[in-house]
Amino acid sequence: MSHEPCAIVGFGQTKHKKRRDDLSLPGLVREAAERALDDANMTWTDIEAVVIGKAPDPFEGVMMPELSLADALGAVGKPMMRVHTAGSVGGSTSIVASSLIMARRHKRVLTVAYEKQSEGNAQWGLAGGRSGGMGAGGIFAPWMQSYIRASGAPEHIGWKVAVKDRLNATKNPYAHLQLPDITIEKVRESPMLWAPIHFLESCPSSDGAAAMVLTDEEGGRAASKPPAWVLGTAMRSELGSFPGRDTVRPQAGVECAHMLYDAVGITNPREQIDVAELYVPFSWYEPMWLEGHDIAGPGEGWKMVDSGETELTGSFPVNPSGGVLSSNPIGASGMLRFGEAAQQVRGEAGEHQVPGAKVALAQAYGGAAQYFAMWIVSSELHPSLS
Amino acid sequence: MAALKDVAIIGYAQARNERRAQATEVQFLFPVINEALEMSKIPRREIGFTCAGSCDYLSGQTFAFVMNLEAVGAWPPISESHVEMDGAWALYEAWVRLQHEDIDTALVFGSGKSSPGPPAEIFPLQMDPYTLTPLGLDPVSIAAIQGRALLDAGKVTERQMAEIAARSRRDAMKNPYAQVTGDFDVDELLAQPYIAAPLRMHDIPPISDGACAVVLATAEKAREVCERPAWIRGIDHRIEAHQPGMRDLTTSVSTRLAGDAAGARSAPIEVAELSATFTHQEPILCEALGLGDDVAINPSGGALAANPVMAVGLARIAEAAKQIVEGGHGRTVGHATSGMCLQQNLVCVLESD
Repeated sequence: MSHEPCAIVGFGQTKHKKRRDDLSLPGLVREAAERALDDANMTWTDIEAVVIGKAPDPFEGVMMPELSLADALGAVGKPMMRVHTAGSVGGSTSIVASSLIMARRHKRVLTVAYEKQSEGNAQWGLAGGRSGGMGAGGIFAPWMQSYIRASGAPEHIGWKVAVKDRLNATKNPYAHLQLPDITIEKVRESPMLWAPIHFLESCPSSDGAAAMVLTDEEGGRAASKPPAWVLGTAMRSELGSFPGRDTVRPQAGVECAHMLYDAVGITNPREQIDVAELYVPFSWYEPMWLEGHDIAGPGEGWKMVDSGETELTGSFPVNPSGGVLSSNPIGASGMLRFGEAAQQVRGEAGEHQVPGAKVALAQAYGGAAQYFAMWIVSSELHPSLS
Repeated sequence: MAALKDVAIIGYAQARNERRAQATEVQFLFPVINEALEMSKIPRREIGFTCAGSCDYLSGQTFAFVMNLEAVGAWPPISESHVEMDGAWALYEAWVRLQHEDIDTALVFGSGKSSPGPPAEIFPLQMDPYTLTPLGLDPVSIAAIQGRALLDAGKVTERQMAEIAARSRRDAMKNPYAQVTGDFDVDELLAQPYIAAPLRMHDIPPISDGACAVVLATAEKAREVCERPAWIRGIDHRIEAHQPGMRDLTTSVSTRLAGDAAGARSAPIEVAELSATFTHQEPILCEALGLGDDVAINPSGGALAANPVMAVGLARIAEAAKQIVEGGHGRTVGHATSGMCLQQNLVCVLESD
């Protein structure tokens, strides 16, 4: 490895809610950033550069908001960058921040991602500001149908994912949705939004932010709490629409995963990875990404769900935090995956900790399932990947 | 900071700037990207990393950058990222990525179509949404406050501002991509009415639709394909307080910090391409970068001759590279800015072999 090792030494997030009207935009990002700094046992002056990410500016109606957030994030006099790669942005932002460390450009970087969905109308925004938008669910529903048809998955798989993630969220005090009484029956009986997606199989609209402090190897070794080491990162993009495109298993997602596995030395992800935080805004995307990233073989993803392997106590836990299905501050949703993966290998995940997790995968996707960002983190810089 | 790996600019191209392009952003980006790749002699498929800069609010729709992937031809899938910033910051991200040593080339582009919307309505949304956006401060009005502060400080005169405009437009006559060109008499310019005192039309940038693309390569690759690369000797960027009232608008601290970190003062600069979008910003930037009277400023005509927002900063870096690759110069600087009154600035120092 020719680049500098990168460690995550601090993570913070807001309490995610439908409406955080107790906080301004600077207040929202600051709540997450201060928690990350506290976790890293650092102050604002320790930070050399700030990387911020969020989904489209029209969601809150603030153009290039890094400019008005520079003061709140202690960036004055420092380099500040703003990343935007659609829904994958929270992941890409984390990767850009890690890149600054790996390139030996900086020793300590703060990265922040947020969305304050209550300030605007994301459905309007997702339609490009035009009327007649289908919503994200409307775009993805036919591809989920396509997966169900090709894989022969029974319809309760989606309900099962929805219940699992919401029960996991009851162990995560920051999660937006707290639905301790959710059952398969309740999911099934909830209104159909976009077949096959019922209301309770869809992500909420959330206000929230996530933040991380990243350091070089020296910073990781000196950290007051155990760090998470970034073993590898990958980003891949493809065109959103062309004849013959595989929208169920997009090639960019397959290549992104393999680029990452190759860089890290993963040959059997299902065995070598202890826990995964995957971007699952609609229930069926859990089995779809298990297959789309070659964690499960073709038609095997839903069987992992069905047999309980992806539960918190299963052999391959997915989204122990409750995932995007429980909190969706869009721009931050990817960074929550990347940060929660780090928390797992740091042993800092609290009640939703997967015991003994050493290697964790995080993934975020965006656009028409065409942007992918992934990383693998570990409790050790050079783990033996057995 | 650790020693930097050598990275060079080996290809660049720009769109001809237009007040109102009939083509879509994707359509005018496509030939620009092709041209930059052709110049670099790097086949599209071999590019290791792609990074773009653009802004949803210019085209008035969310996810506008997604369409721009069509101009790159992202199939098979590519390693790619996007900043909601001027393409100069996309170049910075790509330059950082090239420091990892696992890839040897990167494609960078910035693009913007400003014509669909009125800037005076859009750009106030760039200000603090609680205290400044409601004031409706448009870019020209707030730049006028800066211009007035500079005049009051005795750092510039209205005649000098007109001379900067006349020089820029005259130089731009030799720039095929420029939009506002011609030979103008300074006295005639000064006889024009104010748009927002002390700014007249010639002090204000045009509204432009445009794009710029740049190809970067690490040392070994650059030497293999390029006879005269423009080496990135230093690059840095800094941001300042957002509230204009919190800053001394007659100076640019962030440009000075970025310039010093990029090594702008460590040896004489021959040519500077500065994103001075208003005439009075040129002396501010020259002072911040320590540029004397012997430095050629904006031989392309600069941002006063064409201001393709989100591409204009990258275009300055491309023009600074061109001065080395085609102009025979030894050391140049390109500058990009973001926000009102030079809130955020990036400085890129380039050298010949």
